[in-house]
Amino acid sequence: MFNIETHIKAGSVQEAISLLMENPNARLIAGGTDVLIKLREGKPAFRHLVDIHGLAELNGIEKLPDNTLVIGSGTTFTQAIESDIIQTHIPILTDAAGSVGGPQIRNVATIGGNICNGVTSADSASPLFSLNALLSLQGPDGTRHLPIADFYKGPGRVDLGPGEILTAIRIRPEDYEQAFGYYYKYAMRNAMDIATIGCAVCLKTSGGTLTDYRLAFGVAGPVPIRCREAEKAVKGHPLTPALLEKIAATVVRDVNPRTSWRASKEFRLNIITELSKRATKKALTRAGEELS
Amino acid sequence: MAVGKSVKRIDAVAKVTGRARYTEDFFEPDMLTAKYVRSTIAHGRVTAVNTDKARQIEGVEAVFTYEDVPQTTFATAGHPMALSEVHKDVEDRLLLTRDVRFMGDEIAIVVARNELAASEAAGLVEVEYETYDPLIDPEDILAQDARPIHEGRSNIVGEHNYTFGGDVDQAFDQADHVVEGRFATAMVQHCQLENHIAHAYMDDLDKIVIVSSTQIPHIARRIVGEALGMPLSRIRVIKPFLGGGFGNKQDVVLEPMVAFLTLKLNGRAVQINMTREECMLCTRNRHPFYIDVKTGVMNDGTLVARDMDAISITGAYASHGHAIAAAGGSKQSSLYPKAATRFHARTLYANIPVAGAMRAYGTPQVIYALECATEDAARKIGMDPVEFRLKNVARQGDINLLSNKEILSCGLVECLERGRDFIDWNRKKKDYEQFKTGPIRKGLGVACLSYASGTYPVCVEIAGSRIALNQDGTVHVLVGATEIGQGSDTVVAQMVAQTLSFPYEDVLVVQAQDTDVTPFDTGAYASRQAYVVSNAVFKAANQLRDRILAHAGIMTDEDPKHLDIVNARIVDNRTSEAVMDMKTLAIDSFYHKERGGQLTAEISYKTTTNAPVFGCTFVDVTVDIPLCKITVNQIINVHDSGVIINPVQAAGQVHGGAFMGLGAALSEEFLIDPESGYVYNNNLLDYKFPTFTDVPPLNHDFVETFEPTSGYGNKALGEPPVVSPPPAIRNAVLDATGICINTLPMSPHTLFSAFKSHGFLDGKGGQHV
Repeated sequence: MFNIETHIKAGSVQEAISLLMENPNARLIAGGTDVLIKLREGKPAFRHLVDIHGLAELNGIEKLPDNTLVIGSGTTFTQAIESDIIQTHIPILTDAAGSVGGPQIRNVATIGGNICNGVTSADSASPLFSLNALLSLQGPDGTRHLPIADFYKGPGRVDLGPGEILTAIRIRPEDYEQAFGYYYKYAMRNAMDIATIGCAVCLKTSGGTLTDYRLAFGVAGPVPIRCREAEKAVKGHPLTPALLEKIAATVVRDVNPRTSWRASKEFRLNIITELSKRATKKALTRAGEELS
Repeated sequence: MAVGKSVKRIDAVAKVTGRARYTEDFFEPDMLTAKYVRSTIAHGRVTAVNTDKARQIEGVEAVFTYEDVPQTTFATAGHPMALSEVHKDVEDRLLLTRDVRFMGDEIAIVVARNELAASEAAGLVEVEYETYDPLIDPEDILAQDARPIHEGRSNIVGEHNYTFGGDVDQAFDQADHVVEGRFATAMVQHCQLENHIAHAYMDDLDKIVIVSSTQIPHIARRIVGEALGMPLSRIRVIKPFLGGGFGNKQDVVLEPMVAFLTLKLNGRAVQINMTREECMLCTRNRHPFYIDVKTGVMNDGTLVARDMDAISITGAYASHGHAIAAAGGSKQSSLYPKAATRFHARTLYANIPVAGAMRAYGTPQVIYALECATEDAARKIGMDPVEFRLKNVARQGDINLLSNKEILSCGLVECLERGRDFIDWNRKKKDYEQFKTGPIRKGLGVACLSYASGTYPVCVEIAGSRIALNQDGTVHVLVGATEIGQGSDTVVAQMVAQTLSFPYEDVLVVQAQDTDVTPFDTGAYASRQAYVVSNAVFKAANQLRDRILAHAGIMTDEDPKHLDIVNARIVDNRTSEAVMDMKTLAIDSFYHKERGGQLTAEISYKTTTNAPVFGCTFVDVTVDIPLCKITVNQIINVHDSGVIINPVQAAGQVHGGAFMGLGAALSEEFLIDPESGYVYNNNLLDYKFPTFTDVPPLNHDFVETFEPTSGYGNKALGEPPVVSPPPAIRNAVLDATGICINTLPMSPHTLFSAFKSHGFLDGKGGQHV
């Protein structure tokens, strides 16, 4: 039983924006896999709901004529896993979507909800960081586009203004074409678990060197992060085993994991360095490269 | 022949079609819901409770506090009543308490027309406390000046000491080597699918009906009577289908409270339906143990001496208390009967959740320490761990020196040989030599187990069976054996079909138990059900068979000794010709005006034997040192549980047990704050029960012996499979890495600490392997 006081089903994004403006206490619900947990815990902040579940205009994955990929925020993880566009162009997101919860969760949970929930462990977040994703945010005053790295303000806090809704995630061709990625989720279980550390790598190679390298982590800080120091250190690095050691040695400067009852800082640091190597190696394999 | 066949479960279709009715599927008109008000501290005393705000919530019918309940303490353990003081359960519980002994203790209860109102009101009950330091660490609990967690009682709930097999100190003196180890196991939980749930109502002025998801309907009836001061005959417990228990429901948890509430509310139905979080925090779990083991061994591989000192933590209330440590310790005498052995155990109260019965009842903890220590002894003398066990384990004809009973059936040697072949031990031992350095290591491990088939001679072992011939020539069977999902109704039907020579489909078992109706049996625990019911069923079925043949004799004017039942037909055993079918006989027995009657048989039988069972686990593991992860590549459990009545059901038991064992070995533990007693992870996200993706394919094999004390040659199987996987995995990790990890679970966090202290990892992200 849930203590829901008001539940209004929006017929369109525009209507949802109006409803949010009219009911400042209302929260959005899409797949409900985070909101219903909070309601079950009796959190009063979620008793007024504007429901955008199943809105057609938020759903779908397409490739625009300029090759930009657009993922509707209401796209479920199952849809993402089954999408040919994602499998072909950004399989890193297939890795991530497949690692979320279990089948029942993936059938209803949305990528937009995963991002807007604002938690550092969101499996779709660090891959989207590594893809330089842009978020389309539609509000009463129109639509703006924001790099995902600027969206996260703190644990559970994201840059959504009053009445604003994340409608789509855009990935530009220069960020994914000829790029190869891999998402490595480290958790205590292979399914039905949140990441202890999530590691996303996106890279490009040419002529035996690393020409572009983007490394992102979940749970390595209060919000998902990009590892700018490590990225700088290895851009242009030849594809030798020393590359991995260099990444591992530098990545510790980028991250700021904390000790919680779930895992110690030392433990997380150990996993972060190891995953930076393993995820990079997997991405290189996808790129058809071998370290020699 | 129905025994030995994988017949379809008697309740399979009802369950998979959703028609089987569980406790939650039964509704009473205007049933109320009750929610506990639980303590937010682990140790203290309530100084004030204010229920005013809670009572104002719309829908709230009543609020009761510790001031409103009977002040007689009662014991909750699902044991048969003990006639001797020695085995009496500890009476330390009230329906609601003013003295807080763990975070989650029950101070008050709100009854409302719906769950939301009850929850909201429970949250509005204001409680003030006087707080004491939580006692969690054994050293603090045992300190001279430690506050008694139960006033007037020692913090030591029970203690005992035994030796067998000769002078232990002398045996250690004479041993070529003495190996020592210290081991610790975690508090884990059953996580049975169906949470605790019960409701009660009154269908007469002085009669309470309780519908409950319980393993022990007859015992629950007695304990509710004791808790409320009511005669047992005025309480009726009905047990519908169950979604598992694993011991968590071998305890009286909700029944006395729902009975109390309906009594207070003029007979109106009241239900308590626990959330998963409540069920994990506030029902029962497995006792954590701290164990020191010393093993004496000769150069030729003979195990000569063993000394084990155990501390078991029962948490805030005794529940099954010291019985757990005592039962666990008693299993070593049937596993290694020749070594001079000493066992000492103490069970302590602590300000943490309550431990009770859980699958294999103390044995997983004791055998874990024992089988790790056995491995260490084999390695000390450089002997192959399988050979070492083959040299020392029990064989048929050995005497269990603790019970002074001969072991009448034992297939452990063959279990070890089959497991060794399956895992390809000798070849892999060589192949894995190259995986003893570097970041990825491989190893093999083995561990043995022994267990019992009931609780005798500690407790009475009583089972009842009533079989009646129906008018259509089928039979209905009533047993006190309690089906909780383990499949006992199916094996009972197989046993009856076997002895009566009826088709399995013609034997119907009354599923729901009702203490006003069903024959007495103490319930589903101790892996006793199929073993102790076998004799009652065998005797009742034979009695009915004789009555059927006697009636056939009257009908045919033949001497019954010339008649037989073959496939539900009366047959002349001289000619093998069918004389009549069962329906013809049944109709005559019911409706002939002068002869016959309803043909029934009823037996209540006490089993005064307790057959030991045996088994082992073999595993093949990979250890990823940088990621601190163990992968079990291959696992097999091989069991001697006597005759296997139903191979598919038996395989299900083994796989389920191995699954639980894998969880206890690798990931499951309650994380308790050592300062406050707060449990961080009483939910299925943060409590790392494995998913199907976390376990490898599970393998099993049976070495079928024939146990002469059992009706059908069968012995216990339900609990044993959980016992040996954790030590087998620990031994394989030792084989792979050279490190003894003597703490469960061997989670990534445990491995990280171990690898760090051995210099494999530096804790700053670097590795040296």
